[in-house]
Amino acid sequence: MAKKKIKIIVAKPGLDGHDRGAKLLCRIFAEAGMEVVYTGLRQTPEMIAEAALQEDADVVGLSSLSGVHNYFFPKVVKVLEEKEISDVLIVGGGIIPAEDIPELKKAGVAEIFGPGTRTDKIVQFIQENVAG
Amino acid sequence: MITTEDLTKQVLAGSPRALARVITWVENSDPRAAKCLEELHPHMGHALILGLTGSPGAGKSSLTDQITHHFRKRDKTVGIVAVDPSSPFTGGALLGDRIRMNRHAGDPGVFIRSMATRGFLGGLAQTTDNVVKAMDASGKDIVIVETVGVGQDEIDIMRIADTICLILAPGYGDIIQSMKAGVMEIADIYVINKSDHAGADQLYTEVNSRILQDTQIKKSPWTPPVVKTVATEKRGIDDLVEAIGSHQCQLKESGAILEKRRERIRQQTFQMIHFALFQLMEKELAQNGRLERLVDAIIERKENPYRAMREIVDEFIHTPAAR
Ligand SMILES: Nc1nc2c(ncn2[C@@H]2O[C@H](COP(=O)(O)OP(=O)(O)OP(=O)(O)O)[C@@H](O)[C@H]2O)c(=O)[nH]1
Ligand SMILES: [Mg+2]
Repeated sequence: MAKKKIKIIVAKPGLDGHDRGAKLLCRIFAEAGMEVVYTGLRQTPEMIAEAALQEDADVVGLSSLSGVHNYFFPKVVKVLEEKEISDVLIVGGGIIPAEDIPELKKAGVAEIFGPGTRTDKIVQFIQENVAG
Repeated sequence: MITTEDLTKQVLAGSPRALARVITWVENSDPRAAKCLEELHPHMGHALILGLTGSPGAGKSSLTDQITHHFRKRDKTVGIVAVDPSSPFTGGALLGDRIRMNRHAGDPGVFIRSMATRGFLGGLAQTTDNVVKAMDASGKDIVIVETVGVGQDEIDIMRIADTICLILAPGYGDIIQSMKAGVMEIADIYVINKSDHAGADQLYTEVNSRILQDTQIKKSPWTPPVVKTVATEKRGIDDLVEAIGSHQCQLKESGAILEKRRERIRQQTFQMIHFALFQLMEKELAQNGRLERLVDAIIERKENPYRAMREIVDEFIHTPAAR
Protein backbone atom coordinates (compact mmCIF):
# COMPACT_ATOMS: atom_id res chain seq x y z
CA MET A 1 0.00 0.00 0.00
CA ALA A 2 1.28 3.44 -0.91
CA LYS A 3 2.23 5.83 1.85
CA LYS A 4 -0.83 7.60 3.09
CA LYS A 5 -1.43 10.98 1.46
CA ILE A 6 -1.54 13.97 3.73
CA LYS A 7 -4.79 15.86 3.37
CA ILE A 8 -4.71 19.48 4.41
CA ILE A 9 -7.40 22.12 4.65
CA VAL A 10 -6.20 25.64 4.04
CA ALA A 11 -8.54 28.27 5.38
CA LYS A 12 -8.60 31.99 5.87
CA PRO A 13 -10.73 32.94 8.81
CA GLY A 14 -11.63 36.57 9.28
CA LEU A 15 -12.75 39.30 7.02
CA ASP A 16 -9.79 40.53 5.03
CA GLY A 17 -9.99 39.82 1.34
CA HIS A 18 -6.41 38.90 0.56
CA ASP A 19 -5.69 35.31 -0.16
CA ARG A 20 -2.68 35.45 -2.42
CA GLY A 21 -0.52 34.11 0.38
CA ALA A 22 -2.95 31.33 1.24
CA LYS A 23 -3.21 30.30 -2.40
CA LEU A 24 0.56 30.23 -2.75
CA LEU A 25 0.76 27.98 0.29
CA CYS A 26 -1.82 25.68 -1.28
CA ARG A 27 0.43 25.27 -4.27
CA ILE A 28 3.46 24.66 -2.10
CA PHE A 29 1.66 21.93 -0.18
CA ALA A 30 0.44 20.33 -3.40
CA GLU A 31 3.96 20.43 -4.84
CA ALA A 32 5.06 18.62 -1.69
CA GLY A 33 2.65 15.82 -2.59
CA MET A 34 -0.23 16.72 -0.31
CA GLU A 35 -3.90 16.84 -1.20
CA VAL A 36 -4.97 20.39 -0.50
CA VAL A 37 -8.51 21.58 0.01
CA TYR A 38 -8.78 25.33 -0.24
CA THR A 39 -11.93 26.60 1.40
CA GLY A 40 -11.59 30.24 0.47
CA LEU A 41 -11.96 33.58 2.14
CA ARG A 42 -14.02 34.66 5.12
CA GLN A 43 -14.41 31.30 6.75
CA THR A 44 -16.00 30.98 10.16
CA PRO A 45 -14.47 28.52 12.62
CA GLU A 46 -17.60 26.38 12.20
CA MET A 47 -17.14 26.23 8.44
CA ILE A 48 -13.49 25.29 8.80
CA ALA A 49 -14.20 22.57 11.33
CA GLU A 50 -17.00 21.20 9.19
CA ALA A 51 -14.72 21.03 6.16
CA ALA A 52 -12.04 19.29 8.23
CA LEU A 53 -14.60 16.78 9.43
CA GLN A 54 -16.10 15.93 6.05
CA GLU A 55 -12.74 15.82 4.33
CA ASP A 56 -11.25 13.80 7.21
CA ALA A 57 -8.29 16.14 7.07
CA ASP A 58 -4.95 15.39 8.72
CA VAL A 59 -4.02 19.04 8.95
CA VAL A 60 -5.81 22.36 9.17
CA GLY A 61 -3.71 25.33 8.09
CA LEU A 62 -5.00 28.72 9.15
CA SER A 63 -3.80 31.93 7.64
CA SER A 64 -4.48 35.35 9.07
CA LEU A 65 -3.23 38.75 8.04
CA SER A 66 -5.70 40.94 9.79
CA GLY A 67 -4.97 40.36 13.44
CA VAL A 68 -7.88 38.05 14.12
CA HIS A 69 -5.67 35.10 15.04
CA ASN A 70 -6.03 35.49 18.80
CA TYR A 71 -9.74 34.98 18.51
CA PHE A 72 -10.06 32.73 15.50
CA PHE A 73 -7.29 30.17 15.88
CA PRO A 74 -8.29 29.01 19.40
CA LYS A 75 -11.92 29.06 18.31
CA VAL A 76 -11.19 26.64 15.46
CA VAL A 77 -9.45 24.33 17.92
CA LYS A 78 -12.44 24.53 20.21
CA VAL A 79 -15.05 23.81 17.54
CA LEU A 80 -12.99 20.85 16.37
CA GLU A 81 -12.90 19.57 19.93
CA GLU A 82 -16.64 19.98 20.22
CA LYS A 83 -16.96 17.79 17.18
CA GLU A 84 -14.68 15.29 18.89
CA ILE A 85 -11.97 15.70 16.32
CA SER A 86 -8.77 15.44 18.24
CA ASP A 87 -6.35 13.93 15.77
CA VAL A 88 -6.01 16.93 13.46
CA LEU A 89 -2.80 18.91 13.38
CA ILE A 90 -3.54 22.61 13.49
CA VAL A 91 -0.98 25.08 12.24
CA GLY A 92 -1.19 28.79 11.69
CA GLY A 93 0.60 31.46 9.77
CA GLY A 94 0.45 35.00 8.54
CA ILE A 95 1.12 38.24 10.33
CA ILE A 96 1.33 37.16 13.93
CA PRO A 97 3.37 38.98 16.57
CA ALA A 98 5.86 36.78 18.42
CA GLU A 99 4.33 37.61 21.80
CA ASP A 100 1.02 36.04 20.74
CA ILE A 101 2.56 32.70 19.90
CA PRO A 102 2.77 31.11 23.38
CA GLU A 103 -0.92 31.72 24.04
CA LEU A 104 -1.90 30.25 20.67
CA LYS A 105 0.19 27.17 21.30
CA LYS A 106 -1.33 26.77 24.70
CA ALA A 107 -4.73 26.91 23.04
CA GLY A 108 -3.83 23.92 20.89
CA VAL A 109 -2.27 25.32 17.74
CA ALA A 110 0.70 23.06 17.09
CA GLU A 111 2.94 25.64 15.46
CA ILE A 112 2.85 29.21 14.19
CA PHE A 113 4.81 30.27 11.16
CA GLY A 114 5.48 33.97 11.01
CA PRO A 115 6.22 36.03 7.91
CA GLY A 116 9.40 34.98 6.18
CA THR A 117 9.35 31.39 7.45
CA ARG A 118 10.94 29.19 4.81
CA THR A 119 8.16 27.22 3.20
CA ASP A 120 10.17 24.00 3.18
CA LYS A 121 10.28 24.27 6.97
CA ILE A 122 6.51 24.44 7.08
CA VAL A 123 6.20 21.42 4.83
CA GLN A 124 8.74 19.55 6.90
CA PHE A 125 6.97 20.35 10.14
CA ILE A 126 3.69 19.07 8.76
CA GLN A 127 5.20 15.90 7.37
CA GLU A 128 6.89 15.13 10.65
CA ASN A 129 3.94 15.87 12.87
CA VAL A 130 0.98 14.34 11.11
CA ALA A 131 -0.31 11.45 13.18
CA GLY A 132 0.77 8.24 11.41
CA MET B 1 -9.73 1.40 18.37
CA ILE B 2 -13.11 1.57 16.74
CA THR B 3 -14.33 -1.58 15.01
CA THR B 4 -15.63 -1.58 11.46
CA GLU B 5 -18.95 -2.75 12.79
CA ASP B 6 -19.32 0.22 15.09
CA LEU B 7 -18.29 2.56 12.34
CA THR B 8 -20.77 1.07 9.92
CA LYS B 9 -23.51 1.48 12.50
CA GLN B 10 -22.58 5.11 12.94
CA VAL B 11 -22.61 5.67 9.20
CA LEU B 12 -26.08 4.18 9.02
CA ALA B 13 -27.16 6.36 11.91
CA GLY B 14 -26.07 9.38 9.90
CA SER B 15 -22.79 10.33 11.54
CA PRO B 16 -20.81 12.53 9.15
CA ARG B 17 -17.61 11.80 11.04
CA ALA B 18 -18.01 8.06 10.55
CA LEU B 19 -18.84 8.53 6.89
CA ALA B 20 -15.76 10.70 6.45
CA ARG B 21 -13.55 8.03 7.98
CA VAL B 22 -14.98 5.21 5.92
CA ILE B 23 -14.37 7.30 2.80
CA THR B 24 -10.75 7.81 3.80
CA TRP B 25 -10.30 4.08 4.19
CA VAL B 26 -11.91 3.54 0.81
CA GLU B 27 -9.61 6.10 -0.79
CA ASN B 28 -6.54 4.49 0.74
CA SER B 29 -7.66 0.95 -0.11
CA ASP B 30 -7.39 0.20 3.60
CA PRO B 31 -8.44 -3.40 4.27
CA ARG B 32 -11.04 -2.09 6.73
CA ALA B 33 -12.81 -0.34 3.86
CA ALA B 34 -13.77 -3.65 2.31
CA LYS B 35 -15.33 -4.78 5.61
CA CYS B 36 -17.32 -1.57 5.93
CA LEU B 37 -18.53 -1.67 2.34
CA GLU B 38 -19.60 -5.27 2.85
CA GLU B 39 -21.65 -4.25 5.85
CA LEU B 40 -23.07 -1.21 4.08
CA HIS B 41 -24.02 -3.11 0.96
CA PRO B 42 -27.61 -3.93 1.97
CA HIS B 43 -28.24 -0.22 2.41
CA MET B 44 -27.01 0.91 -0.99
CA GLY B 45 -29.04 1.49 -4.11
CA HIS B 46 -31.48 4.15 -2.95
CA ALA B 47 -29.80 7.38 -4.00
CA LEU B 48 -30.24 9.13 -7.30
CA ILE B 49 -26.73 9.41 -8.70
CA LEU B 50 -26.13 12.47 -10.74
CA GLY B 51 -22.97 13.07 -12.77
CA LEU B 52 -21.72 16.50 -13.74
CA THR B 53 -18.94 16.53 -16.28
CA GLY B 54 -17.60 19.02 -18.79
CA SER B 55 -14.73 21.29 -19.71
CA PRO B 56 -12.48 22.79 -17.03
CA GLY B 57 -14.02 25.92 -15.58
CA ALA B 58 -17.36 25.47 -17.35
CA GLY B 59 -19.21 25.83 -14.06
CA LYS B 60 -19.59 22.28 -12.75
CA SER B 61 -19.03 23.22 -9.12
CA SER B 62 -21.25 26.29 -9.31
CA LEU B 63 -24.03 24.20 -10.80
CA THR B 64 -23.51 21.48 -8.21
CA ASP B 65 -24.02 24.17 -5.61
CA GLN B 66 -27.23 25.37 -7.28
CA ILE B 67 -28.66 21.92 -7.77
CA THR B 68 -27.88 21.11 -4.14
CA HIS B 69 -29.62 24.27 -3.04
CA HIS B 70 -32.66 23.29 -5.09
CA PHE B 71 -32.92 19.82 -3.57
CA ARG B 72 -32.32 21.08 -0.05
CA LYS B 73 -35.30 23.39 -0.38
CA ARG B 74 -37.31 20.26 -1.04
CA ASP B 75 -35.83 18.53 2.01
CA LYS B 76 -33.77 16.04 0.06
CA THR B 77 -30.36 15.22 1.51
CA VAL B 78 -27.37 15.57 -0.78
CA GLY B 79 -23.91 14.00 -0.93
CA ILE B 80 -21.32 15.59 -3.17
CA VAL B 81 -18.16 13.94 -4.46
CA ALA B 82 -15.96 16.48 -6.20
CA VAL B 83 -12.97 15.12 -8.07
CA ASP B 84 -9.89 17.07 -9.12
CA PRO B 85 -6.72 15.79 -10.76
CA SER B 86 -3.58 14.72 -8.90
CA SER B 87 -0.30 15.91 -10.33
CA PRO B 88 1.39 13.02 -12.11
CA PHE B 89 4.73 14.50 -11.03
CA THR B 90 4.30 15.20 -7.34
CA GLY B 91 1.20 13.17 -6.50
CA GLY B 92 -0.21 16.29 -4.86
CA ALA B 93 -3.53 17.86 -5.71
CA LEU B 94 -5.35 21.15 -5.41
CA LEU B 95 -8.95 20.41 -4.56
CA GLY B 96 -10.79 23.62 -5.33
CA ASP B 97 -14.39 22.63 -5.88
CA ARG B 98 -15.54 23.05 -2.33
CA ILE B 99 -14.98 26.78 -2.45
CA ARG B 100 -18.06 27.15 -4.69
CA MET B 101 -20.25 25.24 -2.27
CA ASN B 102 -19.46 27.06 0.94
CA ARG B 103 -22.98 28.17 1.65
CA HIS B 104 -23.94 24.59 2.51
CA ALA B 105 -21.39 24.43 5.32
CA GLY B 106 -23.28 23.85 8.52
CA ASP B 107 -26.21 22.17 6.81
CA PRO B 108 -26.35 18.62 8.19
CA GLY B 109 -28.25 17.56 5.07
CA VAL B 110 -25.24 18.13 2.84
CA PHE B 111 -21.99 16.19 2.89
CA ILE B 112 -19.20 17.35 0.59
CA ARG B 113 -16.06 15.37 -0.08
CA SER B 114 -13.20 16.37 -2.35
CA MET B 115 -11.16 13.65 -3.99
CA ALA B 116 -7.95 13.57 -5.99
CA THR B 117 -7.67 11.24 -8.97
CA ARG B 118 -4.43 9.66 -7.67
CA GLY B 119 -3.19 8.67 -11.07
CA PHE B 120 -6.48 7.43 -12.48
CA LEU B 121 -7.26 8.87 -15.89
CA GLY B 122 -10.96 8.47 -16.59
CA GLY B 123 -12.06 11.75 -15.01
CA LEU B 124 -12.61 10.13 -11.59
CA ALA B 125 -10.48 8.40 -8.98
CA GLN B 126 -10.42 4.65 -8.94
CA THR B 127 -12.30 4.62 -5.67
CA THR B 128 -14.91 7.25 -6.52
CA ASP B 129 -17.43 4.55 -7.21
CA ASN B 130 -17.15 3.15 -3.68
CA VAL B 131 -17.16 6.60 -2.12
CA VAL B 132 -20.46 7.24 -3.88
CA LYS B 133 -21.77 3.95 -2.56
CA ALA B 134 -20.82 4.84 0.99
CA MET B 135 -22.71 8.12 0.68
CA ASP B 136 -25.66 6.29 -0.81
CA ALA B 137 -25.69 3.84 2.10
CA SER B 138 -25.46 6.70 4.59
CA GLY B 139 -28.93 7.68 3.42
CA LYS B 140 -28.35 10.58 1.04
CA ASP B 141 -31.27 11.01 -1.35
CA ILE B 142 -29.06 12.40 -4.08
CA VAL B 143 -25.36 11.94 -4.70
CA ILE B 144 -23.78 14.40 -7.11
CA VAL B 145 -20.45 13.46 -8.66
CA GLU B 146 -18.40 16.27 -10.19
CA THR B 147 -15.69 14.91 -12.47
CA VAL B 148 -12.41 16.62 -13.21
CA GLY B 149 -12.54 19.09 -16.09
CA VAL B 150 -12.59 16.78 -19.06
CA GLY B 151 -11.56 16.87 -22.68
CA GLN B 152 -12.53 13.89 -24.75
CA ASP B 153 -12.40 10.42 -23.38
CA GLU B 154 -12.70 10.80 -19.63
CA ILE B 155 -16.00 9.01 -19.47
CA ASP B 156 -15.80 6.85 -16.37
CA ILE B 157 -18.71 8.82 -14.96
CA MET B 158 -20.96 6.69 -17.14
CA ARG B 159 -20.05 3.69 -14.99
CA ILE B 160 -21.43 5.44 -11.93
CA ALA B 161 -24.15 7.97 -12.68
CA ASP B 162 -27.81 7.39 -13.50
CA THR B 163 -28.10 10.76 -15.19
CA ILE B 164 -25.17 12.61 -16.72
CA CYS B 165 -25.16 16.35 -17.33
CA LEU B 166 -22.51 17.58 -19.73
CA ILE B 167 -21.66 21.16 -18.83
CA LEU B 168 -20.49 23.33 -21.70
CA ALA B 169 -19.73 27.03 -21.73
CA PRO B 170 -19.01 29.47 -24.53
CA GLY B 171 -15.53 30.79 -24.95
CA TYR B 172 -13.48 27.64 -25.23
CA GLY B 173 -12.95 27.63 -28.98
CA ASP B 174 -14.77 25.06 -30.98
CA ILE B 175 -16.09 22.92 -28.17
CA ILE B 176 -18.17 20.58 -30.24
CA GLN B 177 -15.24 19.91 -32.50
CA SER B 178 -12.85 19.22 -29.64
CA MET B 179 -15.34 16.96 -27.96
CA LYS B 180 -16.34 15.00 -30.98
CA ALA B 181 -15.83 11.61 -29.43
CA GLY B 182 -16.46 10.16 -26.01
CA VAL B 183 -17.68 12.90 -23.77
CA MET B 184 -20.30 14.19 -26.19
CA GLU B 185 -21.80 10.74 -26.42
CA ILE B 186 -22.48 10.16 -22.76
CA ALA B 187 -24.65 13.21 -22.10
CA ASP B 188 -28.22 12.64 -20.97
CA ILE B 189 -28.63 16.38 -20.63
CA TYR B 190 -26.60 19.15 -22.25
CA VAL B 191 -26.13 22.27 -20.18
CA ILE B 192 -24.99 25.51 -21.75
CA ASN B 193 -23.74 27.34 -18.69
CA LYS B 194 -22.48 30.93 -18.70
CA SER B 195 -25.36 31.81 -20.95
CA ASP B 196 -24.68 35.39 -19.96
CA HIS B 197 -21.54 35.25 -22.09
CA ALA B 198 -21.29 36.04 -25.78
CA GLY B 199 -21.36 32.94 -27.90
CA ALA B 200 -23.90 31.08 -25.78
CA ASP B 201 -26.58 31.27 -28.46
CA GLN B 202 -24.26 29.95 -31.09
CA LEU B 203 -23.17 27.11 -28.85
CA TYR B 204 -26.83 26.34 -28.15
CA THR B 205 -27.53 26.13 -31.88
CA GLU B 206 -24.51 23.95 -32.49
CA VAL B 207 -25.39 21.52 -29.74
CA ASN B 208 -28.97 21.29 -30.97
CA SER B 209 -27.91 20.53 -34.50
CA ARG B 210 -25.56 17.88 -33.22
CA ILE B 211 -28.43 16.28 -31.30
CA LEU B 212 -30.59 16.41 -34.41
CA GLN B 213 -27.86 14.61 -36.32
CA ASP B 214 -27.67 12.01 -33.56
CA THR B 215 -31.39 11.30 -33.81
CA GLN B 216 -31.00 10.79 -37.55
CA ILE B 217 -28.10 8.41 -37.10
CA LYS B 218 -29.46 6.20 -34.36
CA LYS B 219 -32.85 5.66 -32.79
CA SER B 220 -32.87 6.25 -29.08
CA PRO B 221 -35.69 6.33 -26.55
CA TRP B 222 -34.25 9.48 -25.02
CA THR B 223 -33.33 12.68 -26.81
CA PRO B 224 -31.07 14.80 -24.61
CA PRO B 225 -32.52 18.21 -23.88
CA VAL B 226 -30.34 21.32 -23.97
CA VAL B 227 -30.68 23.62 -20.99
CA LYS B 228 -29.28 27.13 -20.73
CA THR B 229 -28.06 28.24 -17.31
CA VAL B 230 -26.24 31.01 -15.53
CA ALA B 231 -25.01 29.28 -12.40
CA THR B 232 -23.79 32.46 -10.78
CA GLU B 233 -27.21 34.08 -11.07
CA LYS B 234 -29.29 31.00 -10.44
CA ARG B 235 -30.85 31.21 -13.90
CA GLY B 236 -32.10 28.06 -15.61
CA ILE B 237 -31.68 25.87 -12.55
CA ASP B 238 -35.37 24.94 -12.41
CA ASP B 239 -35.20 23.89 -16.06
CA LEU B 240 -32.13 21.82 -15.37
CA VAL B 241 -33.68 20.06 -12.40
CA GLU B 242 -36.81 19.44 -14.43
CA ALA B 243 -34.75 17.87 -17.20
CA ILE B 244 -33.07 15.63 -14.61
CA GLY B 245 -36.50 14.60 -13.36
CA SER B 246 -37.70 13.78 -16.87
CA HIS B 247 -34.66 11.65 -17.54
CA GLN B 248 -35.22 9.78 -14.30
CA CYS B 249 -38.84 9.13 -15.26
CA GLN B 250 -37.83 7.88 -18.67
CA LEU B 251 -35.25 5.56 -17.12
CA LYS B 252 -37.79 4.12 -14.74
CA GLU B 253 -40.74 3.84 -17.09
CA SER B 254 -38.75 2.18 -19.85
CA GLY B 255 -37.02 -0.15 -17.43
CA ALA B 256 -33.70 1.15 -18.70
CA ILE B 257 -32.64 1.87 -15.15
CA LEU B 258 -32.69 -1.83 -14.32
CA GLU B 259 -30.64 -2.63 -17.38
CA LYS B 260 -28.21 0.14 -16.55
CA ARG B 261 -27.74 -1.04 -12.97
CA ARG B 262 -27.37 -4.64 -14.02
CA GLU B 263 -24.65 -3.76 -16.50
CA ARG B 264 -22.95 -1.63 -13.89
CA ILE B 265 -22.95 -4.40 -11.30
CA ARG B 266 -21.61 -6.80 -13.89
CA GLN B 267 -18.73 -4.49 -14.76
CA GLN B 268 -17.96 -3.59 -11.17
CA THR B 269 -17.98 -7.15 -9.96
CA PHE B 270 -15.70 -8.22 -12.75
CA GLN B 271 -13.42 -5.28 -12.13
CA MET B 272 -13.17 -6.06 -8.44
CA ILE B 273 -12.17 -9.63 -9.19
CA HIS B 274 -9.71 -8.38 -11.74
CA PHE B 275 -8.18 -5.95 -9.29
CA ALA B 276 -7.97 -8.44 -6.44
CA LEU B 277 -6.23 -10.97 -8.65
CA PHE B 278 -3.92 -8.31 -9.96
CA GLN B 279 -2.87 -7.36 -6.45
CA LEU B 280 -2.28 -10.96 -5.44
CA MET B 281 -0.15 -11.56 -8.50
CA GLU B 282 1.78 -8.38 -8.05
CA LYS B 283 2.59 -9.23 -4.45
CA GLU B 284 3.54 -12.76 -5.27
CA LEU B 285 5.82 -11.80 -8.14
CA ALA B 286 7.50 -8.98 -6.28
CA GLN B 287 7.98 -10.97 -3.08
CA ASN B 288 10.66 -13.39 -4.11
CA GLY B 289 12.29 -11.16 -6.70
CA ARG B 290 10.85 -13.25 -9.47
CA LEU B 291 9.60 -10.30 -11.47
CA GLU B 292 13.02 -8.67 -11.53
CA ARG B 293 14.69 -11.91 -12.59
CA LEU B 294 12.11 -12.27 -15.28
CA VAL B 295 12.74 -8.74 -16.51
CA ASP B 296 16.48 -9.46 -16.63
CA ALA B 297 15.89 -12.58 -18.62
CA ILE B 298 13.61 -10.77 -21.05
CA ILE B 299 16.15 -8.00 -21.57
CA GLU B 300 18.80 -10.60 -22.33
CA ARG B 301 16.30 -12.29 -24.65
CA LYS B 302 16.69 -15.57 -22.80
CA GLU B 303 13.01 -15.43 -22.05
CA ASN B 304 10.04 -13.89 -23.80
CA PRO B 305 7.20 -12.17 -21.99
CA TYR B 306 4.49 -14.04 -23.89
CA ARG B 307 5.58 -17.46 -22.77
CA ALA B 308 6.42 -16.26 -19.26
CA MET B 309 2.95 -14.78 -18.91
CA ARG B 310 1.30 -18.08 -19.84
CA GLU B 311 3.44 -19.99 -17.40
CA ILE B 312 2.79 -17.63 -14.51
CA VAL B 313 -0.96 -17.53 -15.06
CA ASP B 314 -1.10 -21.32 -15.38
CA GLU B 315 0.85 -21.77 -12.22
CA PHE B 316 -1.31 -19.27 -10.36
CA ILE B 317 -4.56 -20.84 -11.40
CA HIS B 318 -3.43 -24.28 -10.27
CA THR B 319 -2.31 -23.24 -6.80
CA PRO B 320 -4.84 -23.91 -4.05
CA ALA B 321 -6.99 -20.95 -3.05
CA ALA B 322 -5.64 -21.22 0.50
CA ARG B 323 -2.69 -18.97 -0.39
N1 LIG C 1 -20.43 34.70 -15.91
C1 LIG C 1 -20.60 33.48 -15.40
N2 LIG C 1 -19.62 32.95 -14.66
C2 LIG C 1 -19.81 31.70 -14.16
C3 LIG C 1 -21.00 30.97 -14.39
N3 LIG C 1 -20.90 29.77 -13.78
C4 LIG C 1 -19.70 29.75 -13.19
N4 LIG C 1 -19.03 30.91 -13.41
C5 LIG C 1 -17.68 31.27 -12.95
O1 LIG C 1 -16.75 30.46 -13.66
C6 LIG C 1 -15.65 30.09 -12.82
C7 LIG C 1 -15.51 28.58 -12.79
O2 LIG C 1 -16.66 28.03 -12.18
P1 LIG C 1 -16.64 26.60 -11.46
O3 LIG C 1 -18.00 26.33 -10.99
O4 LIG C 1 -15.54 26.55 -10.48
O5 LIG C 1 -16.27 25.69 -12.71
P2 LIG C 1 -15.85 24.14 -12.72
O6 LIG C 1 -16.35 23.56 -13.99
O7 LIG C 1 -16.29 23.49 -11.47
O8 LIG C 1 -14.27 24.25 -12.75
P3 LIG C 1 -13.21 23.05 -12.52
O9 LIG C 1 -13.71 22.20 -11.42
O10 LIG C 1 -11.95 23.80 -12.17
O11 LIG C 1 -13.09 22.34 -13.83
C8 LIG C 1 -15.95 30.70 -11.46
O12 LIG C 1 -15.26 31.92 -11.37
C9 LIG C 1 -17.45 30.93 -11.48
O13 LIG C 1 -17.86 31.99 -10.65
C10 LIG C 1 -22.02 31.59 -15.20
O14 LIG C 1 -23.08 31.02 -15.47
N5 LIG C 1 -21.76 32.84 -15.68
MG1 LIG D 1 -15.15 22.44 -10.06
